[in-house]
Amino acid sequence: MSSSAVTLPRRVSPRIWDTIAISGRIPLRVYLAATVIAFFLASAIAPQLLQSHSAFKMDLRATLQPPSFSHLFGTDQAGRDTYSRIVSGARQSLSIGLGATALSMTVALFLGVAAGLGGRLVDGAISRFLDVLFAFPMLFLALLFVTVFGPSVTTQIIAVGLGTAPGYARMIRGQVLSARGAGYVEAAVALGHPFPKIVRRHILPNALHPLVVMMTLGVGQAVVWASGLAFLGLGAAPPSPEWGALLDAGRDYITRAWWLEVMPGVAIVAFALSVTVVGHHLQDRLEGRIDA
Amino acid sequence: MSRADDVGDPASRPLLRVDSLHVSFGRDARENAVVQGVSFSLAAGRCLAIVGESGSGKSVTARALVGLAGARAHVRAGALEYRGRDLTKLSERDWRRVRGKEIGFVLQDALVSLDQLRPIGKEVGEALVLHGEAGTRAELAERVIDLLKLVGIPEPALKSRQLPHELSGGQRQRALIAAALALDPQILIADEPTTALDATVQAQILELLNETRQRGKALILISHDLAVVSRMADEVLVMRHGEVVERGQAEQIFRDPQHEYTRRLLDAVPSALSRGTRLAPASAPALYAPLLYSSRDDDLRPTPTTANGPLLRAEGLVKRFRGPDGVVRTVVGGVSFDLHGGETLGVVGESGSGKSTLARLVLALERPDHGSVLLHGLPWTTVSERERQPRRRRISVIYQDPLSSFDPRWTVDRIIDDCLDGALQSSARRAERVDELLDLVALPTTYRRRRPLELSGGQRQRVAIARAIASKPSIIVCDEPVSALDVSIQAQVLDLLGDLKEQLGISYIFISHDLGVIHHFSDRVLVMSEGLVVESGDVHDVFRRPQEAYTQRLVAAVPRLRHARSTPERRLAE
Repeated sequence: MSSSAVTLPRRVSPRIWDTIAISGRIPLRVYLAATVIAFFLASAIAPQLLQSHSAFKMDLRATLQPPSFSHLFGTDQAGRDTYSRIVSGARQSLSIGLGATALSMTVALFLGVAAGLGGRLVDGAISRFLDVLFAFPMLFLALLFVTVFGPSVTTQIIAVGLGTAPGYARMIRGQVLSARGAGYVEAAVALGHPFPKIVRRHILPNALHPLVVMMTLGVGQAVVWASGLAFLGLGAAPPSPEWGALLDAGRDYITRAWWLEVMPGVAIVAFALSVTVVGHHLQDRLEGRIDA
Repeated sequence: MSRADDVGDPASRPLLRVDSLHVSFGRDARENAVVQGVSFSLAAGRCLAIVGESGSGKSVTARALVGLAGARAHVRAGALEYRGRDLTKLSERDWRRVRGKEIGFVLQDALVSLDQLRPIGKEVGEALVLHGEAGTRAELAERVIDLLKLVGIPEPALKSRQLPHELSGGQRQRALIAAALALDPQILIADEPTTALDATVQAQILELLNETRQRGKALILISHDLAVVSRMADEVLVMRHGEVVERGQAEQIFRDPQHEYTRRLLDAVPSALSRGTRLAPASAPALYAPLLYSSRDDDLRPTPTTANGPLLRAEGLVKRFRGPDGVVRTVVGGVSFDLHGGETLGVVGESGSGKSTLARLVLALERPDHGSVLLHGLPWTTVSERERQPRRRRISVIYQDPLSSFDPRWTVDRIIDDCLDGALQSSARRAERVDELLDLVALPTTYRRRRPLELSGGQRQRVAIARAIASKPSIIVCDEPVSALDVSIQAQVLDLLGDLKEQLGISYIFISHDLGVIHHFSDRVLVMSEGLVVESGDVHDVFRRPQEAYTQRLVAAVPRLRHARSTPERRLAE
């Protein structure tokens, strides 16, 4: 990097993990939440390690068994182990959550940054477009996509991703606008830096900084939305062990086998809650630093 | 130094007696003593001033006197007596009876302290209602109007129905005083009552407080402003790091300060008399650096300009803005001036006079509606931004609030490096230059890894100065560069700016509302009011023999150190 022998590390870029590692006790709930997330991530990566049974093997001698030591979360109408199905469904559910968030962030970034930087005309056009999208409930938008493209995991991702994008786009627009009006941007203008350079070096990093937290929180939400669609039969279809699909499949037996609804429900809630707890903790850490 | 009990008129019994007051926050090992052993006594009709810089514990002392030090504070005192009544034993319930009724407290910062959604009259009358002295609705309204009249708010009947934002800053501060006076307390405690107010408004508020005292009330004035204190106080406590370093009669303290810290504070006040002298003692942190600098490196000097004539010429600058109500307001209404090499042009005016907008026009951050600016003899505001960009490095800026002008994610190192000449390619050379610049503004080079939030206010302003000179400008526009700083830090920063001017030959456009600072620092001055230059010329002429009524009012309103110390040089200057 340099011709000289004595080079100090000059650009110490602020890394998020640096910041988070500042001392201070991490509350117990964050550890718990992180454990839950780690469990589901492990399930998604290597379900066979955590399963007690096969997720798909039927056993007609043991249908609709309540929770017991041999079947922790009971069995379904075909004798499949609910716990193992939840573990094996994690991959699909989490992929949908992550995929939907990634899609929605990409769309939101594009629209939000364009609106924030594009000047009055572009901003006006994009903002009005977002207003129109806001007028429809998210579920309605998602349903629209599913109707057009037919139910499948891909549509589930697209539906949830596009459905949640307007909210994020609006937040990003606000962030970009406030960074753009910041004193350090004016200072950079006064120094004679060209605008694209200022955008790259000051506006985008500062505007997108809070996005880390928003994305984390978004994954939890996306999983809940996606499950909702699947529950309505508009996503992954049985016999897929996707969590929403499990809920959908168990609905017929709800009076006889409560565990078919409750257990996948608990998995969804536990994951979404854990992600939210961790996300809020990140947020406190990052903002605490800004305000300190 | 006199004991607490025999200060003041011996004939009158003290209203308030405080003996060795201690306030600390936290417990045990983490205990943080904020006030350590403050003692004084206060008689009716007297004014006690507590002066000190931020963190000296003066506000905490004041709050402890009315039982508002906070839930986490430990307040201990040998004695804390109001008319012989022990205040340390009061329950929260008893305190509520004392506060307002016996001891009134004027809060700092009227904009924050008043409820935005309540009419002024309600706010002022609240104390009466709480203490059950409101009487009938009509009586209450009448008392409120009387109070507002007492503090000199025009049209009191109308104003009492208005919301805080419909009043001017001075009127809001008056309303707070009215609220504190509502129950006719014997003691009035005012915590920085005039900070953030313009000089003319400040003079009115001080007059109002003085009248209160003449009516036989005792006054405790908390302030960092020595000039204000010298005008008001009978007795002065000088606080530093929670301790009283000096106490005594005001006249004696200002004429013949005993403690070194008091002397330093007094010397640090910029004024006409301090021109050409250093404000901070030479032993203050490393302000020698600039003197060493010139032998080292010529690269930091501004690039010489070839053009003759003024460095910068503003011709008939006009800027109008459309307000949220759709009304177009002329913020700068035809301002012309020249700035010559090596000169400091002061711009002084009260808030809203258009000074900051003028700065932004000069920096070409705002496009003037009429008129233009020539920089180094070449068109500056009329050319395209693309043409301007390479020349922007020649004129830099220092803001009042340096923190917001730094990218919070960047380290000091990167902030300064960003302004260095692009021609410096080698990173070792650039790192060396950053160290030189930090040296020049008397910051340890270990600070290069810090981020702006990890610096104090004075250090941030030094970084801002380092950044401003990094691009080798010939002009620096300073927009209220020392207004947010304590007086001793302000002194150091002003000294530093003066050194840089001498060493590097930089010209300044120096904007401030503080006439003392302007008089100390500038060669020529523009006095602005409502977007117009009402008077301009040599700073001595303008401030000593102001021709225009506005300037005369402004100059008259500035509180001056009453009992100026008579050092030989200063006597001469007078």
